[in-house]
Amino acid sequence: MTATHGRRRRSGRAGDTVFAAIGVLGELLITLGLLLLGFLVWQLWWTDVVGNREQAQVVAGLGFTPAPTPSGAATPQVATPRHDDPPVLAEPAHGTTFATLQVPRWTGEPARPISEGTDKATVLDVLGIGHYEGTAMPGGVGNFAVAAHRTTYAKPFNRIAELQVGDALVVRTADTWYVYTVTSTQIVAPTDVSVIAPVPGQPGVTPTERSITLTTCHPMFSARERYVVHGTLSSWAPVSSGTPAELLAAAG
Amino acid sequence: MYGWIWRHLPGPTPVRVVIAAVLVAAVLAACFTWVYPALAPLMPFNNTTVGE
Repeated sequence: MTATHGRRRRSGRAGDTVFAAIGVLGELLITLGLLLLGFLVWQLWWTDVVGNREQAQVVAGLGFTPAPTPSGAATPQVATPRHDDPPVLAEPAHGTTFATLQVPRWTGEPARPISEGTDKATVLDVLGIGHYEGTAMPGGVGNFAVAAHRTTYAKPFNRIAELQVGDALVVRTADTWYVYTVTSTQIVAPTDVSVIAPVPGQPGVTPTERSITLTTCHPMFSARERYVVHGTLSSWAPVSSGTPAELLAAAG
Repeated sequence: MYGWIWRHLPGPTPVRVVIAAVLVAAVLAACFTWVYPALAPLMPFNNTTVGE
């Protein structure tokens, strides 16, 4: 900046002002660029850091009783899968966390909270997975439909494309495990809301099956399409009877 | 602009460097806490819900 003083004596006052204005404008533009870079860092990294921490706290705050481990045994007791009618919770109030999701295929991913509603500000950005209001509850006849971010805000469904037909999706409420099996995956337009119909893809049809549907954005970092995973309930078990074998196989 | 700020910071150069770093950190912290969360919903890639 010492060069400015030398130049000031040679050039006129008007030219001096113009150069100063251009200099300030240039610095403002550089600043704007750096702040935009900061926005990317915040959006792509910091929302994950905060989200992972908050969602872990939400899961811990549920106060779910751990599944029993026999005294002296290193591994939890294996629950006997049941195929009769499972208990189904009533739909809770918007923003209430009522379940968790664990996917054995996603090794290393923590249990994610599932909360009522798919509003971004109150559920998806802060609580992880959201349950489409009005769709079936876990274990219910119909379609238990949930949504979550694929990138940013702890990205619960980041690895959705790894899911294959036959993979287990394990939902837990306070007292019950619901083990779903992936039956199909598809990529649809955001307007194709029939994927969360009681019978997926067939709105208006009365359901007889207990389905699950995961929806998230596709491709990554875009909202152009939706990646959708369908599944059906394969078994359920009371938490007091142990842990589903699907989860233990993943841990072992 | 930055030259003006630099000239108006008190103390010798090492002190000024420290103060400048604190100022930059404060601006970034304010952005992370208030500005970016407020801007995020306005971004097209965050407009993900249909008719909900």
